[in-house]
Amino acid sequence: MASGKTLEIRTSPHILSGYSVDTIMFNVVLALLPVAGFCVFAFGLAGLLTLSVAVVSCVVTEDLICRATSKPSTVGDWSVTITGLLYGLTLPPGLPLWMTAVGGVICVALGKTLFGGLGYNTFNPALVGRAVLQAAFPVAMTSWIPGFAAGRFSSLPLSTLTLPFTSPEYDAITSATPLALWKFSREATATSDLAMGFISGSAGETSSVFILIGGLYLIARNMMNWRIPAAIFASVFVFSGALYLVDPTRYASPIFMLFSGGLMLGATFMATDMVSSPMTSRGCYLYGALIGVVTIVIRTWGGLPEGVMYAILLGNAFAPHLDRWTRPTIYGAKGKEAAT
Amino acid sequence: MRPMRLLGLKTFRHGVHPPESKDETSGLPIRQFPFAPLLIIPLVQHMGAPSIPVVEEGQEVERGQRIGRPDGFMSVSMHAPASGLVRRVALAPSITGRMVPAVYLEPFPGSTQEIENGTPCPLDSTPDEIIAAIQDAGVVGLGGAAFPTHVKLKIPEGKFVDTLIINGVECEPFLTTDHRVMLEESKDIFTGIRYLLKVTGAERVIIAVEANKPDAAEHLRETFPADLNGSVEVLQVKYPQGAEKMLFSALLDREVPSRGLPLDIHALCCNVATAAQLGQLLPRGRGIQERVITVTGPAVKRKGNYRIPIGTPLRFLLEHVGVADDVNRVFLGGPMMGATAPSLEVSITKGTSGVTAFTNTAAERTHSPVYPCIRCGYCVDACPIFLDPSTLGRLAATEQFSTMADEYNLMDCFECGSCSFVCPSHIPLVQRFRASKAAVRKSKAGAA
Repeated sequence: MASGKTLEIRTSPHILSGYSVDTIMFNVVLALLPVAGFCVFAFGLAGLLTLSVAVVSCVVTEDLICRATSKPSTVGDWSVTITGLLYGLTLPPGLPLWMTAVGGVICVALGKTLFGGLGYNTFNPALVGRAVLQAAFPVAMTSWIPGFAAGRFSSLPLSTLTLPFTSPEYDAITSATPLALWKFSREATATSDLAMGFISGSAGETSSVFILIGGLYLIARNMMNWRIPAAIFASVFVFSGALYLVDPTRYASPIFMLFSGGLMLGATFMATDMVSSPMTSRGCYLYGALIGVVTIVIRTWGGLPEGVMYAILLGNAFAPHLDRWTRPTIYGAKGKEAAT
Repeated sequence: MRPMRLLGLKTFRHGVHPPESKDETSGLPIRQFPFAPLLIIPLVQHMGAPSIPVVEEGQEVERGQRIGRPDGFMSVSMHAPASGLVRRVALAPSITGRMVPAVYLEPFPGSTQEIENGTPCPLDSTPDEIIAAIQDAGVVGLGGAAFPTHVKLKIPEGKFVDTLIINGVECEPFLTTDHRVMLEESKDIFTGIRYLLKVTGAERVIIAVEANKPDAAEHLRETFPADLNGSVEVLQVKYPQGAEKMLFSALLDREVPSRGLPLDIHALCCNVATAAQLGQLLPRGRGIQERVITVTGPAVKRKGNYRIPIGTPLRFLLEHVGVADDVNRVFLGGPMMGATAPSLEVSITKGTSGVTAFTNTAAERTHSPVYPCIRCGYCVDACPIFLDPSTLGRLAATEQFSTMADEYNLMDCFECGSCSFVCPSHIPLVQRFRASKAAVRKSKAGAA
């Protein structure tokens, strides 16, 4: 061999699986695209603007914070794009854009960077932003424009372009979500409409089918822990099913509970956020069960029609503890006890 | 039908699936490697005390002659891999980066290289006689750990072994030495097994082979002596299936107690190449002079399985097989646990199961940027010991070594590297654990 060649000294292992944080994050973005596409299809320009402003505000915030702290930009790892998309998808499509932008800054600055950035955030950043908006602008956050309105691709709802720091005005045609219809007037919505998304609701919460397609793609690529959505769906179904059996006139059917509101989106894309969910298998089952039960408790007995967001945030807070409580017994631990 | 059978194959829980990369060498028969102009034979090729040299500078030795004697029980003999002239007895570089005592031997170019036979150790010897013969033959675990075989076989009073496991799993990617040995030296393997059964008193033997070597499993089944009590078991292809702890749980459903020994669960595991060496050496009273290694990897031009003299310098080996111009990294062993050669002056030793050389392109993927841990849990699902590498990695970064050892069972990690392999953040987890374990040992030693 030629002399003067430099050989590298590195420690084993000398091969890697090929998975990388940015490829995982990018695939989550891909999996969200059908959901985002349906949102634009259903809500037209309002949907498109809401998602765009949400993503741009999140990405720009992260980039600016990186610059301000003289760190290399972390925008390239795609995780902030997921935060922006998810955050946008949980908003009512008619939300004034200035509120969307404020929430985006909060998602990244408060929900992510303040905790230490990628990998260190206790809570799902998208939900932190949304929770702040929910508290700050309760009316705007619960004013829903109907989907599939005529002229949705040529005109915007009045509220969308509200000037910053002024209250939005609403068109006469705001409508109630299926959960609100049930909660306040005991009116049920057809399951097929729920599944396909022919209802009103947050930007990306209305089509369960597209959400599940994205989720199945990520599970097939081992980029999502299937145990979490499975546990959430199972606990929601069992708990609300039990209530439904007790009194079908007072409690909504389990199918309705599964397909309405933010449950599908939350269980599939929010609760499964790797950073803020548990790592052990048993921890994931417990985490999912907790989120499912708390969702139904809030929806049934709470003052709000929807409880997925708070349920997931509560689950996030429990995640590190669940990991500790469910730490697996190591290989050989049993023998150790027997031997001593 | 094969996939169905595969589903039913035994294995352990967790583990990873690195690409096997064995196709290029698994079909190549073992070939004899020539003698280097100068062999450098380290006197520490095993775990334990260095052998004491019994030759002097300028002395002529016969091939197979003893050149080092064991220094105590935790040490073995060393033999001349070639007839030749002892040039020097001096320090030489070793794979650990440290200098170790070594014998520099210049083989006689014109010699026929006949091997000198010693006193044979027949099968009807007593266990203690066989153990002494194994130490004298210089046999160590050829799977990589190079633990002196006779030490492992010395069963203490009050302990017993019921099952002997012969490890032909070879789960390291790229390596095919055990595969070839099983195909070409089954007679020696079974002779070796007879010695091992005699010494340990085990009732039965299980030869474990991974499902990616069906020809080897079939050949061993066909040649399995009728009077031996045992079987050949085919295991699912998964890394690190060849770790003895994983074999015990897959085959016997027994777990070695944490910090305990296989003897605690009445089992003993021996590498298939070690068994073959015993079968070859003991009946002839010889010592180890050569071993089979796989020379492979994208940067190697003439890949293959070679029977190579112990002490062959790495530089000579690479020059002989030819390496690509963009060779970037050379390591001894496979890519999962192999150590990078600190220099090309190190020698092939008894514990070297392969030499793998990567090109720039092959090594590129390990240069990916390091991200923070995103708690994906891949490492938790990979760890065969059921540790929490994610949390351990975070603790290591802040040097909380005692917490790692006391609460997170750091010392149970056997450094298989599965966690680093799967980590999408490319955190060098296993390297952090090696350093942390060393720090824990040091502080324990300091306290005692």
